[in-house]
Amino acid sequence: MTAYLKLDHIDKSFARGGAVTEVLKEVSLDIAKGEYISIIGHSGCGKSTLLNIVAGLTQASTGGVILEGREVNAPGPDRAVVFQNHSLLPWLSVYDNVRLAVDKVFAGVKSRAERHDWTLHNLDLVQMGHARSRRPSEISGGMKQRVGIARALAMEPKVLLLDEPFGALDALTRAHLQDSVMQIHAALGNTVIMITHDVDEAVLLSDRIVMMTNGPSARIGEVLEVRLPRPRRRLELVTDPSYLACREAVLKFLYERHRFVEAA
Amino acid sequence: MSLTALKNEAIASPVAAKTRSAEIVRLAPARPAVRSNRFAGYAHRAAVVVVPPFIVLVALLGLWELLCSGPGATLPPPSTIWQDSYDLIVSPFFENGSQDIGLGWRVLVSLQRVAIGFGLAAVAGILLGVIVGQSVWAMRGLDPIFQVLRTVPPLAWLPIALAAFRDSNPSAIFVIFITAIWPVIINTAVGVRNIPQDYRNVAQVLRLNPLEFFAKIMLPSAAPYIFTGLRIGVGLSWLAIVAAEMLTGGVGIGFFIWDAWNSSRLSDIIVALVYIGVVGFVLDRLVAGIGAFVTRGTAA
Ligand SMILES: Nc1ncnc2c1ncn2[C@@H]1O[C@H](COP(=O)(O)OP(=O)(O)OP(=O)(O)O)[C@@H](O)[C@H]1O
Ligand SMILES: [Mg+2]
Repeated sequence: MTAYLKLDHIDKSFARGGAVTEVLKEVSLDIAKGEYISIIGHSGCGKSTLLNIVAGLTQASTGGVILEGREVNAPGPDRAVVFQNHSLLPWLSVYDNVRLAVDKVFAGVKSRAERHDWTLHNLDLVQMGHARSRRPSEISGGMKQRVGIARALAMEPKVLLLDEPFGALDALTRAHLQDSVMQIHAALGNTVIMITHDVDEAVLLSDRIVMMTNGPSARIGEVLEVRLPRPRRRLELVTDPSYLACREAVLKFLYERHRFVEAA
Repeated sequence: MSLTALKNEAIASPVAAKTRSAEIVRLAPARPAVRSNRFAGYAHRAAVVVVPPFIVLVALLGLWELLCSGPGATLPPPSTIWQDSYDLIVSPFFENGSQDIGLGWRVLVSLQRVAIGFGLAAVAGILLGVIVGQSVWAMRGLDPIFQVLRTVPPLAWLPIALAAFRDSNPSAIFVIFITAIWPVIINTAVGVRNIPQDYRNVAQVLRLNPLEFFAKIMLPSAAPYIFTGLRIGVGLSWLAIVAAEMLTGGVGIGFFIWDAWNSSRLSDIIVALVYIGVVGFVLDRLVAGIGAFVTRGTAA
């Protein structure tokens, strides 16, 4: 059986002036439909680069991405991205930010009224319906991130790509949004790739955790399968032995075997 | 200004506290108290804006009167100007024949030329600026040429325009156009080049076509820069039209000054200068105001 989403021997190097930096080396991964994958690794190892290659925003030097048996090398709404810094358009209201995506993706498919309802539906999904007429500058960081997620979900993407979606948020908001994402994933069954720096977040949300070695020439060091039943509840997991074992495995990988080398 | 406003707030706060404590006893009368308080705030702010320049203006007029009242003075003092040019000052829109009209009419004629020339410059400047901002090769090819051309003084274009159009009115409009277009092009190009990569990524993921990208991402994102360019451009247009009209004739305000000079009506010239200054100021504020309205929220 072929994978739903396949990262096929991806190499990536950047050439600047005469110098060539190899960022990614031989990255291969098969992802099943509906799977939740986390990518974890030290800063600068090439996680965002990998995600951008999947999104089509960056071209791989060799290798490629295959989605449902077809190669994808240009960006499109079938692989929606939630960017690290939310990337909402500041001159549009919350509603219009989502509506822009809905109008574009469902141009010939849904009627005006349906597109309106679909926009509101997705805002409600992330509990942002109440703030729909506000501008991004008038809402908090956590709310912006919610709207970013709503915009991505509204495209009904085959794959949802999250680049440190909760990175800039406080612990409480972060936990809140993690729960929302878990619920949405359970309800809609999206295929998700998420970059994170947070070990607990990775274990809590993922089916598999992809651990990357340090750059340059980062590879996939190890893939950890998280066999915890869903739905997962963070309070129950705190003392769960298999949760703790997963956590320990990731920590060991990051801080023992691939300790971040300063200015390597 | 903000300092005085702050002080004003500090002074007002005990009053506000008092009305708030009164609210507990009787709700209804508390409102007018707050409103009159706010009205006092507006009045105060207006006073802060109007009074200092008014005082300086009176002082300057007094000094001028003093300096130009002596027997050897070459320029008329304000009192003489008031007598000489009384009708020009008090009624901007009188009409006593084809050349004897109020300065308001002349300003309108000049403004009409500016509107056409500046309007064309705005449209062409934004389009060219987008091209230069979007394409590295267009920038490499065009930018040095623009940088050279923009330093050419507006009036140096006039003979060429007269030769090309063989008529004074289109020539004057062309001078406005060529004067105003450079800051629009250059600022638009900078604005387009500074569109954050994030917005471009969003556009790519949504597969916006170039037209949608232009309307939904590029224009709003670059709008603060574009309006900076437009504001500089409208100021330059107004500078250029007066100079151009002095040479091309017609009924504009610029020619009026030239005409007054030829018939030694110095008082009329000074009145015309005030008109020009006020109109230029209003134009600048108008474009700035439109810009502030259109780009609200963009800076976030
Ligand atoms: N456009 C580019 N040109 C040259 N080098 C680049 C470019 N983009 C990324 N790099 C380099 O590739 C490496 C990986 O960058 P990337 O942004 O993917 O890291 P990351 O793992 O996402 O880091 P972080 O966790 O801090 O976000 C870095 O060393 C960076 O300097
Ligand atoms: Mg990154």
